[in-house]
This record gives sequence, C-alpha cells and structure tokens, in this order.
Amino acid sequence: MSLEIRDVWKSFPHKGETQQVLRGISLTVERGEFVSLIGHSGCGKSTLLSVAGGLISADSGTVSLDGDVVTGAGPDRAMVFQNYSLLPRLSLEKNVDVAVASARPEHSRAERAELVQRYLTAVGLWEHRAKRPHQVSGGMQQRCAVARAFAVEPRVLLLDEPFGALDALTRARLQGQLIELWQNESETEIVLMVTHGIDEAILLSDRIVVMSNPPQPSIVDVIEVGIPRPRDRVSVLDSPQFRAVQERLMRVLTINGEKAA
Amino acid sequence: MSMTTSPAPPTGGHDLKGVDDLALAERLAEVEAPPIPKSQRRLGRLASSLGWAFVGLAVFVAIWALGANHVKNLPSPGATFSALRTLLADAFHDGGPNDKGIGLLLQASLTRVFKGFAIAALVGIPIGLLMGSSARAWKAMNPLAQFLRPVSPLAWYPILLIIFLDADKASVWVICLTSLWPIVLNTAAGAASVPRDQHNVAKVFHLKRTAYIRHVLIPHTIGSTITGLRLSMGVAWMVIVAVEMMSGKTGIGNFVWNEYNGGNYDKLTASIIVIGATGLVLDFIFLRLSKAVRTQEAHS
Repeated sequence: MSLEIRDVWKSFPHKGETQQVLRGISLTVERGEFVSLIGHSGCGKSTLLSVAGGLISADSGTVSLDGDVVTGAGPDRAMVFQNYSLLPRLSLEKNVDVAVASARPEHSRAERAELVQRYLTAVGLWEHRAKRPHQVSGGMQQRCAVARAFAVEPRVLLLDEPFGALDALTRARLQGQLIELWQNESETEIVLMVTHGIDEAILLSDRIVVMSNPPQPSIVDVIEVGIPRPRDRVSVLDSPQFRAVQERLMRVLTINGEKAA
Repeated sequence: MSMTTSPAPPTGGHDLKGVDDLALAERLAEVEAPPIPKSQRRLGRLASSLGWAFVGLAVFVAIWALGANHVKNLPSPGATFSALRTLLADAFHDGGPNDKGIGLLLQASLTRVFKGFAIAALVGIPIGLLMGSSARAWKAMNPLAQFLRPVSPLAWYPILLIIFLDADKASVWVICLTSLWPIVLNTAAGAASVPRDQHNVAKVFHLKRTAYIRHVLIPHTIGSTITGLRLSMGVAWMVIVAVEMMSGKTGIGNFVWNEYNGGNYDKLTASIIVIGATGLVLDFIFLRLSKAVRTQEAHS
C-alpha cells in the first residue's frame, strides 16, 4: 500500500497576484511509514495535506492510494485537525459513533459500538465518554479526535498540526498514544503529519519532508530519520542519530528562513 | 523564528524557601482575609443597578411633569398613573367590540403579533439556513432581501389588503414581513459562520445531510437565530401599534388612536406605559431564551 502524490501544483490569488504555493510536488509514502511535513508558515505544508485529504483540489497533478487516483475527501484518508473540531452538541462517545456510522455504514450497530469503545479506551477517554467537548480539556478533545480518526479504519491518517495547541505534557502523552495506535492497535499503515516542531518530527517520523517558500522549490530536503522503534522519548534525545537529524533540519530551515526573509 | 520545542525549565511557583518570617506572615494574613461572599457582591450590584435606574426614571418623570405644566393638553405623570390604575382595575372588561378592557386589547394585539411572528420564523429560518450555507442561494436572495428590508412594513399593508381582502389577515402578514428580515439575515449570518474545520469534518467522515444539519449547522446557527427572533419581536411589537391605527381593528394601537380622538389624553399616555411594559416583558423572555441556549450549546 502506498500514498502517492504526483506532480501537484496549486496556486492561490494573493494581493492581486497568483502565488504558487505547491510547485510540482511529488512524494510517495510507503506502507508502514510515518512522514512529517515541516517548514516555515506559508510554505504550503497544510495545503499539501488538504490536497492529499481531498479537501482542496489541486490545479494539476494527482493523489493516488495503491495506484487508484482519489478525488474528494473520504474516510480512507481520515484527518485530525489542529483545533479538534469535534461536533459541539454530541458527547465524546457520540462524536466517534456518528463518524463511524457515517463513514462505515456497512458496520452493524455492535461492530460500531466495539470500534467506539476500543479507540476511546485506547486514548483513555472511555470513562469520560458521556461528557461533551466543552466539558473537557483541549488535550482530551484532541484525544477524542484521534480516536475518531482511527475508529473509521482509515488507510491513511492525515494530521494537521495535531499537537500545536496543547501544552508540553499533554502533547508528550498524546504523541505516545498516537504511535501506539498506529503501530499496534489499528490497521492504519500510513501517517502524514504537518508539524512546526523539529523534535516532534524527529521523534515520531520515519522520514521528514522539509518544505520551503518561493523562490526555493517546494521540497528542499527529505531526511531519513533511521532511529529504530520503539523510541524512548527521553533517551532518544541523546542518540547521535537524533542529533544529526536535528542539526541537518536546523541548518536547512535556518538557511531557507533567511533566504525567505 | 522559533527553533526550540523543548519546554522551558520551571521557574517561580509557590516556593516559600528563603522567604523571611515577616513576609511569610504577611502572605498568610493575605490568605486569611475572607473574601466578600458572592451573594453579597451580587446584592450590591443589584442595589446599584436599581438605584441608578431610579435616578434615570426620576429625571424623566421630572422633565415630563415640567412639560405637562407648559403644554395645555399633555397629561401629567399623576393623571397618567391614576388613568393607568383605572385601566388595569378593569383590564378584562368586555362591553362589545368598541368597549374592551386593556387586557383584552393587549391579547388581541399579541395574538396578531405571535401569528405573524410564527409564520416569519417558520419561513425565515429555513431560508436563512439555505442562504448561509449555499453561496448561490446567498447571491440569489441577498440583493432581494437588502432591497425589501428598508421598505416600511406599513407600505405593504394596502397590498396585503388587496390580496387578503381582510384587515385582520393583512395585519398578521404585515407583522410577518416585518419579522422576516431580521430572522432571515441573522440566521444566514450564523449559518455562514460555521468554522471551516467543521465543514471539513463533515466531508472527511461523509456525514449525511441530515447529520450535518443536526450536528454542525444548527448548533452553530441557533444563537444568531435567536438574536434575530429577538430583534424581530421588538420591531413587530412596534409595528403592530401602527398597523392597528390603520386597520381600525380591536387592539392596543387602535385604542391609542381612539383615546386621542375621544380626547382622553390621560388614557393615551397610560396606554404608552402599557405598551412599553409589554415590549420589555417580550424582550426579557427572548433574552432569557438566548442565554439558556448559549449555555446549552456552549461550544469549545
């Protein structure tokens, strides 16, 4: 299984000019791979994620899953958004349940209930299932959003700065849960994540795609992380591989940041 | 540009080490000082509000009394209040179409308002939802709405008379047209403000149209719809008085006009107080409703 993005172009009108946000991007994410997109704001990383998710259509180029071109959004490429985006009127349990019922109508009620319980339990929210989004913390809302995404059994998981609005401790815990769900609890094999965090990208990813603003090309570097899993979030910081990737990322981002500024 | 992702080391906090005894005692004293109970503060606020409301009212009544001294036929506050007492004492008196107590007149007017208002809500909320969620519907209807909105509702009255051939029905429809625009435009604004991520959630998880309306559209719209309903009710209550002056049908507006023609000026001013108080009650009901909905729908 693979997610293949081939020669994608996308422009937006900006202050009377056309801005080429995605400039001929090609990227293949293989089965079992966790890939992060990193770059300064405006580099188009979120746009690329939205194109992959089918929420924005590209000017040209294709996105395909296992060779089949996909158009439009769908639960085979489930998404987690930065600001949680749970449905405000529903309990956490109903939020997951409604998503599964809509995305996977072929499931029986019992199968659905099993999925809902499994993923809410996995993110530690089963006791809080009756609460509504505004009654729980941002971290809990995002855990529910992660459970919702996994519960529709997507082939690809797309994450748009999922930990950006969370405090450091909550972020660390949710990162752990995400990796656990991806590796052991679900059939989902491919993860594509947009992030601002260098350490977060290294800790979670197999490959890091560094994106940049014009006049540079859209993708300026692709870095293999190569740290074996499972990774311990404390000791990994001292590993030479971590240091090497960190240094290379810093260098690429700083050079491009200075050119863009 | 920010490059670090590791959290800053903890600083500050409630570390009491190294604080000398005096400072510690001061801190403890601060903690010991009992805060003013919430109920007492609320009582104080209420007293202050009522006090200043009374000051405003007193100034108004004073100016009114002064005016009444100088204008020949303007009833004084005293005369008005005794007329009000007479009106309220026999509020549900019914001596035929032209001799009804103020309670029955209010009832007749309120019935027209509620009928017209209900039709406007039933028609206006779906139109507003459609306008707010579809760019095409918005483009199709917004110019028309903006054109019709500034037309005085009373201008419709003759046209509605031509259509319905009945003053009572025409009055109800005038109220309906009056109420329609605030409901439509506020609902549309609410529906248009659904966050993009919520749209995207609906797309990604293939939410059905009914689920989208129930779980996304309505929760994000209901607050502004209720604001629209409240504005509509306010305008409708103003307009019904004018409509009834024109229609001559039993009601509070008609009463105002009749008392003027009959020279009962003290009843005229008394009826203004009744109209104002009724409007205040209507507004209060919608204010409470909107607060209740806001609590219920509290978004993250």
